[in-house]
Amino acid sequence: MSRLRIATIWLGGCSGCHMSFLDLDEWLIELAARADLVYSPIADAKHFPAEVDLTLIEGAIASDEHRELAKTARRQSKCIVSFGDCAVTGNVTALRNPLGPARNVLQQVYVEHSDPRGVIPHEPGIIPLLLDKVVPVHQVIPVDYYLSGCPPSASRIRALLEALLEGREPLVDIRYG
Amino acid sequence: MAAKTLTIDDHLVSARPGETLLEAIREAGIVIPTLCHLDGLSDVGACRLCLVEIEGQRRLQPACMTMVSEGMVVRTSTPRLQAYRRQIVELLFAERNHVCAVCVASGNCELQRLAAMVGMDHVRYDYLSPDCSVDISHPRFGIDHNRCVLCTRCVRACDEIEGVHTWDVAGRGVQARVITDMNQPWGTSTTCTSCGKCQLACPTGAIFPRGVTVGERPHASERIALIIEARKQRW
Ligand code: SF4
Ligand code: SF4
Ligand code: SF4
Ligand code: FES
Repeated sequence: MSRLRIATIWLGGCSGCHMSFLDLDEWLIELAARADLVYSPIADAKHFPAEVDLTLIEGAIASDEHRELAKTARRQSKCIVSFGDCAVTGNVTALRNPLGPARNVLQQVYVEHSDPRGVIPHEPGIIPLLLDKVVPVHQVIPVDYYLSGCPPSASRIRALLEALLEGREPLVDIRYG
Repeated sequence: MAAKTLTIDDHLVSARPGETLLEAIREAGIVIPTLCHLDGLSDVGACRLCLVEIEGQRRLQPACMTMVSEGMVVRTSTPRLQAYRRQIVELLFAERNHVCAVCVASGNCELQRLAAMVGMDHVRYDYLSPDCSVDISHPRFGIDHNRCVLCTRCVRACDEIEGVHTWDVAGRGVQARVITDMNQPWGTSTTCTSCGKCQLACPTGAIFPRGVTVGERPHASERIALIIEARKQRW
């Protein structure tokens, strides 16, 4: 059997889902025996590679950079998993949505509630542009599986990965929060 | 009065006259989702989660508002019903701001349980992300409109059991909100006795005891039925 090419990406999330992935502990060694981690915040790769079998996406889509990376991941992966509540629902990352468009949010954070008053950062090409509305991953690209949880526990991540590694249809339980 | 015989999901079931279909379904050991129904309170048929198919009727009927009748043939879980139920729960999540990860009711929430029950692995609708208020002017309780599903269980518990009617619903559609007295801060209400029955009845994290944090709001809606039981015994 050829080795599976796995990627994980970190969009608008707190990295907690990745921490939970690391909680797989010794099973990570088993995983490493069957798959290669070709792109991830915890792997050394600059660009999202071609021909990825499975990509886990942590976090909601909150900036133009997130949107582009999600699209690239979709184009270059066979299977996409929305990994954790931020990816699935927007969750904590989307708490800013009721405040209105991005400029209101930036104004509130950098000017109104900042002491001393700051300035809104603006470095096109360097600092990603916030989108006016934070959205779940499936509103930007088609998603194959949804793993809710903030974060999903290691045992639930493992159940999903084991099924996908063995080519079985995973039975994903639903547990928000 | 003679018992009524009906067929629920191919099982023959006998029910007492005057019973609702929901009671008969539950006595048959069948679980269907409900949200606005709470044992001990009158039924209003607001949430539509308990819809069932009744042979010979084109429209789906809410089981909590339908009386049993002789010879009724009922289906509780067809693919059509399952699809509608999931849609209803998705719309409830899309309409307000439900962020289970930071909610007082997480782990003790009927809406969260319903999401799992109806297979809501994601929400297909756009989230409305309304700007909702939180009122903590009452010394003992708070109301967070971000989490309210407008089931009116608080309204009925306050009116029917406490006999006070502090709560009501104002506004229409997405603007609808539960209100206290004349739409004033809860803490300034002159009718509220601070009995806490609305908090017991609330299925979500909308009404909560002050001082609780994430996941700490206990779920005790069954205490409403216990209060009614206890009163019967005493009076
Ligand atoms: S789902 Fe929770 S743990 Fe995962 S990124 Fe979002 S906030 Fe962090
Ligand atoms: S009320 Fe229930 S569904 Fe809504 S955020 Fe709180 S725990 Fe989640
Ligand atoms: S506050 Fe709670 S009990 Fe009252 S309508 Fe909202 S969800 Fe229902
Ligand atoms: S439980 Fe019957 S309509 Fe809500």
